[in-house]
Amino acid sequence: MPNKPFAITLNPGSSLANLTGSWRTERPVYVDRLPPCNNTCPAGEDIQGWLFHAESGNYEKAWQHLTRDNPFPAIMGRVCYHSCEGACNRGQLDAPVGINSVERFLGDEAIKRGWKLATPEVESGKHVLIVGAGPSGMSAAYHLRRLGHRVTVIEAGPLLGGMMRFGIPKYRLPRDVLDAEMNRVVDMGVKVELNTKVDDILATMKEGKFDAAFLAVGAHIAKRAFIPSGEVSKIVDAVSVLRSMEGEDKPMLGRRVIVYGGGNTAIDVARTAKRMGAEPIIVYRRTRDKMPAHDFEIEEAMQEGVMIRWLSTIKKAGDTSITIEKMELDSAGFPQPTGQFETLEADSVVLALGQDVDLGLLDNVPGLEVAEGVVQVDANMMTGHAGVFAGGDMVPTERNITIGVGHGKKAARNIDAWLRGTTYVAPPKHQVATFEKLNTWYYTDAPKTVRPMLDIIRRQSTFDEVQGGLDESTALFEARRCLSCGNCFECDNCYGVCPDNAVIKLGPGKRFEFNYDYCKGCGMCAAECPCGAINMVPENN
Amino acid sequence: MSFQPVKFYQTGTFTVGNRLLVPEERSVQANMERTNSLNSGHRACQGCGEALGARYAIDAAMHATNNQLIAANATGCLEVFSTPYPETSWQIPWMHSLFGNAPAVATGIAAAIKIKRQKGLKDDVRVVAQGGDGGTTDIGFGCLSGMFERNDDVLYICYDNGGYMNTGVQRSSATPPAARTATTMPVGQQPGNVFGQGKFMPAIAMAHEIPYVATATVADLRDLEHKVKKAMTFRGARYIHILVPCPLGWGAASQDTIKLSRLAKETGTFPVFEAEYGELTNSSKIRRVLPVEEYLRPQKRFAHLFGKTPAVATLVRLQALADKNIRKYQLLDKEAN
Amino acid sequence: MLKQMEGSHAVAEAVALCRPEVICAYPISPQTHIVEGVGEMVKAGKITNCEFINVESEFAAMSVAIGSSATGARTYTATASQGLLFMVEAVYNASGLGLPIVMTVANRAIGAPINIWNDHSDSISQRDSGWIQLFAETNQEALDLHIQAFKLAEELSLPVMVCMDGFILTHAYERVDIPTQEQVDAFLPPYEPRQVLDTHAPVSIGAMVGPEAFTEVRYLAHEKQMQALDLIPKLAGEFKTIFGRDSGGLVRPYRTEDAETIVIAMGSVLGTIKDTVDEMRDAGVKIGVLGVISFRPFPLDAVREAIKHAKRVVVLEKTFAVGIGGILATDVRTSFFGFGIQIESYTVIAGLGGRPITKASLHELFEKAGRDDLPRLTFLDLDWKVVNKQLERERKMRRSGPAAENILRDVSSTAAHLG
Repeated sequence: MPNKPFAITLNPGSSLANLTGSWRTERPVYVDRLPPCNNTCPAGEDIQGWLFHAESGNYEKAWQHLTRDNPFPAIMGRVCYHSCEGACNRGQLDAPVGINSVERFLGDEAIKRGWKLATPEVESGKHVLIVGAGPSGMSAAYHLRRLGHRVTVIEAGPLLGGMMRFGIPKYRLPRDVLDAEMNRVVDMGVKVELNTKVDDILATMKEGKFDAAFLAVGAHIAKRAFIPSGEVSKIVDAVSVLRSMEGEDKPMLGRRVIVYGGGNTAIDVARTAKRMGAEPIIVYRRTRDKMPAHDFEIEEAMQEGVMIRWLSTIKKAGDTSITIEKMELDSAGFPQPTGQFETLEADSVVLALGQDVDLGLLDNVPGLEVAEGVVQVDANMMTGHAGVFAGGDMVPTERNITIGVGHGKKAARNIDAWLRGTTYVAPPKHQVATFEKLNTWYYTDAPKTVRPMLDIIRRQSTFDEVQGGLDESTALFEARRCLSCGNCFECDNCYGVCPDNAVIKLGPGKRFEFNYDYCKGCGMCAAECPCGAINMVPENN
Repeated sequence: MSFQPVKFYQTGTFTVGNRLLVPEERSVQANMERTNSLNSGHRACQGCGEALGARYAIDAAMHATNNQLIAANATGCLEVFSTPYPETSWQIPWMHSLFGNAPAVATGIAAAIKIKRQKGLKDDVRVVAQGGDGGTTDIGFGCLSGMFERNDDVLYICYDNGGYMNTGVQRSSATPPAARTATTMPVGQQPGNVFGQGKFMPAIAMAHEIPYVATATVADLRDLEHKVKKAMTFRGARYIHILVPCPLGWGAASQDTIKLSRLAKETGTFPVFEAEYGELTNSSKIRRVLPVEEYLRPQKRFAHLFGKTPAVATLVRLQALADKNIRKYQLLDKEAN
Repeated sequence: MLKQMEGSHAVAEAVALCRPEVICAYPISPQTHIVEGVGEMVKAGKITNCEFINVESEFAAMSVAIGSSATGARTYTATASQGLLFMVEAVYNASGLGLPIVMTVANRAIGAPINIWNDHSDSISQRDSGWIQLFAETNQEALDLHIQAFKLAEELSLPVMVCMDGFILTHAYERVDIPTQEQVDAFLPPYEPRQVLDTHAPVSIGAMVGPEAFTEVRYLAHEKQMQALDLIPKLAGEFKTIFGRDSGGLVRPYRTEDAETIVIAMGSVLGTIKDTVDEMRDAGVKIGVLGVISFRPFPLDAVREAIKHAKRVVVLEKTFAVGIGGILATDVRTSFFGFGIQIESYTVIAGLGGRPITKASLHELFEKAGRDDLPRLTFLDLDWKVVNKQLERERKMRRSGPAAENILRDVSSTAAHLG
């Protein structure tokens, strides 16, 4: 426009020539921080990552993302003790995100819709032996198969699942769900030999020309306690009771069943007995808050009519009764006898005092070290014998299914590396996205969705699943409660709040970039990022 | 927040955009093709609330008018930082005349547009006028009142940062009581700006009974955009008063601009509401009511209230003003709280 | 079409014929009849496609005009005296932005003391505002100058003030020739702005300009006024072709050919001066008159050309630069200073605040001038008795009271003065 008045009339947007980035003393950078849920998950799930996809209703993608780390979401969604939820930052706002319930929803959707696990693109030609078809073994089988290795699982029992089948009652984990998730791993091309006990691991490996082995035998042997008793006293162990529930011959426990112990197995067996028409009483030597069982399980058991005698030990068992001694806690919190006794009617006593692993197959393995009933492994989960790895109940750890699944994954990665002649190096962990890093103003209040519970009458008389699942809308609601701690969820806040238009929006799924030509370094984007995914760092020059 | 068409759990309606919303429910600012009416390269200070508020408001107005918008601008920070020769940051037809005449210039623009439309112009071109609080409540007050009174077809937007920041932070009639400015220093019997002076322009605008009056802050983009959009549905004089923190003048950290806006609203210090034809029609409810101290403390212009002996009596008076706003503009949602 | 009508009405008719699109005004005497006239014509539909806006002040009037002109509308306003001063900031702004607004100034004195009567203090105070200033001698010329002003303004993209004496012209009923719409349309094409607020070609108008370009911007304003020196006579020529009469131009000489004394003035007083000069010519005095129509730009060359053969000039002006004297006179002296021309020049301040300028006083004045018996600075018909009395009062008394009120009391005894 040559006719425009000089200087006082200007062409639009010409200030782009003025690069205000030179003002900056600090620059914003996008970061990914580790969400506390991911940081806590024993199975190493990228929880925030799969919730991200679930939030947009893309459940299959969410499930695919989830099963990169854990192939059993339907099982996890029922039996995992979800420490993730305890770490969830949302718990400081209202209530933690119901990660476990969304996980179950995804797992159930996958079963319902027949989603398949990814199969390897390239075969390695290596063959790995897995001993034990429990959570750890089957998890390892999945991951190794996915990495392209041939896998053979040898299982002593008649069915897949290990402690998931023989330690967890069906009212908590319906068997069709268990079967579905086990079979999906088998469908990847995993070879399974049931009813086969490995007695000598090295011999089996040599015979089968295995390149490596992963030992994942569960703790199936009940610990015993000496209780003076008569000839006709019926004293059984909890593992046997639960195992026999899976067969044709149901255990005969009578009406008055005493369960001795305070762990989750004690609760499981008491609730099982209740469903068989008995009146179970749990006898435990300490108080409720010291009980190792999860509190929600104690609560559910009590709702169903399971009686619990706190601060009590069994002194002796008779034909139709037992004698218990009342205890009291000393100053250190340990139970001490009081000398006061009481008699309870009892048709049977079930001992739920913990379990051991049968380590017979490891006799005569050079270099392998056993201590306190478990196999010692290095940081890469390899035993002292090269090529033999171990995990789950067999190694020093807290025992639960999620930990077992995590071991399976970790072992698989290390076995894979070992087979390739390298060492697996885990990527460095990001800084944890703590609550203080968030700007929670941007999250509206949204209380947790409560999963439906089976009515109490049916809980006392049937083995129907107690806890229901979420439906599509409630699962979506729950997924969207995720704060996406430490990871951009494309809320557009940085793009919007920059007074200098110095944030470039790259489009769906591509996040954002800073335009350092114009960014003045005010820090507003970082302050207003809801999830703490922007960091301000000093400029060097 | 007054405008919540979307109940959205993960992120609420408070964020700028959100990938999970259907496009028509996302904000204008979330759009990759937003106009950036006030473009990069402007010379506003780091964290300038006015630069942010102006882009929010004008982009929304552009969106609402299908890019058929002309702006008149009063002298002040916004004008100076956006159009120093030889560069302008504006991408829309924009005019600066004087400090005190933006409403009248806009009236002239609107009149010219009206005649052009009569003569066959197809585009429904709309007009905004904008200025700071000094240009609005002080020097431009006469022209603004005249524009209101004639009900000229102009949307006037006041970016209120509570003082003459461009000239070095002097007091305006929108400077809050007790605030330190270069002409209300924290010395003497009544440190800072005195109580009982100043004027609240939105209420004066309401007294003109113009079609639409609204207040907003840069802390709630969706609310702000809704109000601009709504203003554009009316013909005649409209007024939107946007609180825009000034890091320089308020003595605040540059990253706290939005936080302070939020606190201004959440303490009741700055009432956020809408009025039509002189009547209050809607109040943006306070989400979690906070004491005024939360708003005042991060600002150095109020630092003299929090010295060795806190100015308790002054804080009580400031709290009373906020409480009065809460009552007068019905800022608490009785059911929600 | 010849009509007998009030000067204000004639101007209103002229403005209407120019097809204005936005008219805004705030009432002030003696401008009121003009805007009342155009306002009624807009409301009655006689002026179509025009927005008439009653604004709340002159500052708003000029500001609205700035907005509408920048949006490409032919814009008109009118004011006077205090009103012009009240809009000064916007007056400078309009010219600085190069907006072709046409404004009538119904010339009136500036207070204090408040005075509604005619002199040129208001317009002259804006001589450096960057506006073109044209002074009308008669109502016919006022009418004609408005038509020329729109064309001049729009060709140059500069605002034009048409100055006409308050009351003397605005309220005087005279016969005027009202042109036809066809004539005006033939002379004045539709407004084609040089810059416009257009949503399809956005620009930013009104940038802040620093030392690096400010001088250049100011020089270009001057350059445009220099262009006007060529354009004003050219338009007057075109005007004559279409309308058949001489009107406008830079200056208008009257009987100056062999004049030894040339009286220079602006506006309606030229009529009285010409009558006096005719009588003196009849008596054999070699005297002539030079009317200045274009005060800004000031036509230095045209003025010099007109007076270079004279022995003396008497510059009679209805304004007064306190502390020095004449304003027009200074500009006139600039026209020949440094050209080796020997001319005596006398400054006469006359007609302030509506003081009548009589032929009798002019006769006496010009005769004295012819004898070179005139002080360099003369105040026509100044009442020295009144002045001296007040000066005496002030010498004697610290609290002597307001001068204007004192003088009014003094003159009330000899009330004939204002007759």
